[in-house]
Amino acid sequence: MNSSKPFDAAKRRLLSGAAAVAGMAIAPGVTLIAPAEARKAGEAASDKVRWGLLIDANKCDAGCDDCVVACRTENGWQGHDRPATDPQWIRKVNLKDNKTGATLSLPVMCQHCENPPCVDVCPTGASMRRADGIVLVDRHICIGCRYCMMACPYKARSFVHENTSGQKPHMPRGKGTVESCTLCAHRIDVGGTPACVEACGQKAGKEAMMFGDLNDPNSAISKELAKRATTRLRADLGLVPGVHYRGL
Amino acid sequence: MKPVLFTQIEGNSGAYWSLLGWLAAFAAAGLGAMWYMEHNGHWVTGMNNQVVWGTPHVFAVFMIVAASGVLNVASISSVFGRTMYKPLARLSTLLSLALLAGGLMVLLLDLGRPDRLIVAMTKYNFKSIFAWNIFLYTGFFAVVGIYMWMMMERRMNRYTRMAGIAAFIWRLALTTGTGSIFGFLVARQAYDAAIMAPMFIIMSFSFGLAIFLLVLLVACNGTDRPLGDATLAKLKNLLGVFVAAVLYFVTVQHLTNLYAPEHHAVEAFILRDGGIYTGVFWIGQIVIGGLAPLALLYHPHTGKDRSMIALAAGMVIIGGLAQIYVIIIGGQAFPLSIFPGYDVSSSFFDGVVASYSPSLPEVVLGLSGIATSLLIVAVALRALPFLPASLADADVDPHYVDPPEPEVVEAEEEGAGEEASEIA
Repeated sequence: MNSSKPFDAAKRRLLSGAAAVAGMAIAPGVTLIAPAEARKAGEAASDKVRWGLLIDANKCDAGCDDCVVACRTENGWQGHDRPATDPQWIRKVNLKDNKTGATLSLPVMCQHCENPPCVDVCPTGASMRRADGIVLVDRHICIGCRYCMMACPYKARSFVHENTSGQKPHMPRGKGTVESCTLCAHRIDVGGTPACVEACGQKAGKEAMMFGDLNDPNSAISKELAKRATTRLRADLGLVPGVHYRGL
Repeated sequence: MKPVLFTQIEGNSGAYWSLLGWLAAFAAAGLGAMWYMEHNGHWVTGMNNQVVWGTPHVFAVFMIVAASGVLNVASISSVFGRTMYKPLARLSTLLSLALLAGGLMVLLLDLGRPDRLIVAMTKYNFKSIFAWNIFLYTGFFAVVGIYMWMMMERRMNRYTRMAGIAAFIWRLALTTGTGSIFGFLVARQAYDAAIMAPMFIIMSFSFGLAIFLLVLLVACNGTDRPLGDATLAKLKNLLGVFVAAVLYFVTVQHLTNLYAPEHHAVEAFILRDGGIYTGVFWIGQIVIGGLAPLALLYHPHTGKDRSMIALAAGMVIIGGLAQIYVIIIGGQAFPLSIFPGYDVSSSFFDGVVASYSPSLPEVVLGLSGIATSLLIVAVALRALPFLPASLADADVDPHYVDPPEPEVVEAEEEGAGEEASEIA
């Protein structure tokens, strides 16, 4: 028994050395794909990931709407100067505590619920939730009944009230159908991040928005969420949104 | 009881053809309104991203609710065995199918993509109450159609009761489905209440009977058919009971909400501070649609006056439209409570009462649904014997009846039809 100890120690050293070398070899690749792993064309979205956002209202300026501008530019939902009927996939909401007077500002978009009421009420199944948590509208089978807009507690959806122009190839839109934030699924699917998050972090330098996989305990967003409590809008409804807010 | 003689209406008078012409013109105008809205997009309507369902939905929901309610007259005869209602049963089923057709027409023509009706009929999400409703509506046409056939085909009369029970159960399910469109909406303060389903059922009783009474009065008047005072008195008393029952449900709905601080704001909006919606609620729904018709129907003098009974029925219809307006439009105008405890503002009308005013094409589309229903009724009355030749009290007195169903004399055979139309 005693004679085997030196051999074991030597084997352990060898193995740990090999693991370290292997780790160093793999690490750059792991880092590269860390924010969002690209899906291969034709591969279905997986429920192993759950995409979500963390929005820190403490870092969000009332006067800044870079996230809104970036979304509009990315997805081409510019309106016709008719505020009541123009679409808004993401909007800045300014809040004032009606007792203390404290003010806050934050962006509101589709909250990508785990139990989305818009999906429940849609008669044709056009309103749907992808396995990775992104809630979308299939514009090919949306009949424009607007029941999902009645059902959404966040006013996150818009009806296309008139002819569209300046459409983006990755984001087809159509008069008479309903649309909303897609979490920039077209970017996520190729390993990118949503345009709003990118704009908030890079252009404005605020970093009030964070994107990532809520299912991965090692993702930056999960680590940040674990640090301090966050709020989900209308948590009382049990919809389990994928968007978390801090500072509310 | 004497056998009931059913006859077609003559339908050769100038008044009849001009009625058809007006109704057809209105129906066509509705198609024009639909083309205008679809061509330009919905921005030309009063609807927007805040108030997504507008006047067309008020008319459509009203007609769909009334369609199931108007069938009650037939159900009272076939299901509950009241023979006095037997001569009225055919008209009841006809009105029911016609109103549902008109209501659905408005609903479908307002869709953002009405051209995708085939998608709605082939792709289903069975968790959606809308998807259930598609089956409930199409099934209603089939069940009530069969019921009508059992009543009108002498050899099938023995199945009338069975078909009537099926239609009665189906209509309860249908209106439960319509009420649940709103009852199941967890997001909005004004909805999300189980009482919506039973309240819509009792609303259907009231609106449907009011429409039935008006059509019956006009049809009997226009074709010189006797209508007995006792028959009319039963119908108008029943209408009074239904109107009172609607008031009861509305009271319970608001009292329940008033008890919960969570709902104080929306109640204050509808009952006190809502401007147009408060006005439509108190004046339209409660006074014109509830208290005034109750007074007219039960007052010893006006309760015997046919024009006053017709006025009361008309007021119930106006009040019903007002009630659905308050539910649908008022419920959406009140802002969503996303951030309780905060004053909210944004470029997307967060935290403010949404504005909505009905546009002409919406109103025309809604009225065209009613015109289409009436057009179907007017044509059907001429084509098939839906109306009894006489509703004089002696002819419909239930004390002469041999259970279970009175013998029905048809006027469909050649010769007999001509004779019958002479009576009409």
